[in-house]
Amino acid sequence: MTDSRSPIARARGLGAAREGTRHWLHQRLTGLANLVLVFWFASSVAALAGADYTTVVWWIRDPVVSVLLLLLLASGFYHLSLGLRVVIEDYVSGEGLKLLLIYAVAALSLLLALLGGLAVLKIALGG
Amino acid sequence: MAEVERPLSPHLGIWRWGLSMALSIAHRASGIANALTMLIIVWGLVAVAGGPDYFRLFRGYMTSALGRLVLFGLTFTLMLHLCTGVRHLIMDTGRALEPQVNRRLGRLVVIAAVVLTFGFWVAAYHMAGLI
Repeated sequence: MTDSRSPIARARGLGAAREGTRHWLHQRLTGLANLVLVFWFASSVAALAGADYTTVVWWIRDPVVSVLLLLLLASGFYHLSLGLRVVIEDYVSGEGLKLLLIYAVAALSLLLALLGGLAVLKIALGG
Repeated sequence: MAEVERPLSPHLGIWRWGLSMALSIAHRASGIANALTMLIIVWGLVAVAGGPDYFRLFRGYMTSALGRLVLFGLTFTLMLHLCTGVRHLIMDTGRALEPQVNRRLGRLVVIAAVVLTFGFWVAAYHMAGLI
């Protein structure tokens, strides 16, 4: 088959949507990160079951825990918005509604990640 | 233009349900359910940041009968999505695509998700001193 792409297009390798494999790759990289982070989080929550307020606060104040929670929020919400985007693209047929929903999911994900992140920082840095 | 009845390729209604079909849609459905889990995690963090009273209110909701039922379901969807996600990562490398190997991996993934879900809840109840 002849390749009708220009040499620069072939070198960039971004395809017709000009995104290349970024979405696909990021979905998998954040998925791998989530695999580790979710196992850590789930075992921590199981260990904290029945704990009182002070214990939970001191747990979050551990710098390692604060950082891992921030990573879980970042990687989790990014993975979630990438995944929901594909679901919306597959099942919503109207172009306008499709764009609106994708934008809404991305905006809400960012908002919630920031909200959770700020809560972690407030607990970790609070006096 | 006259409507021509063109033959359609076989679609959902014509196939007998198989494990790989069920896992494919379960991976999607559980991913959507996990969005709710992320929402609850943020709610929990905001509750802790909000002080002891807000935290007790949040814990009250989560440890109620309905709360535990929902959290049990969400634990399963989380573990299932993790396991089917690993299955997809394996399949991305071109492995486990032969029907028999694929079915064996699929069964393994479901068993792993069930074991991890019950493992989480037994550990949590044990740590809370309830069992």
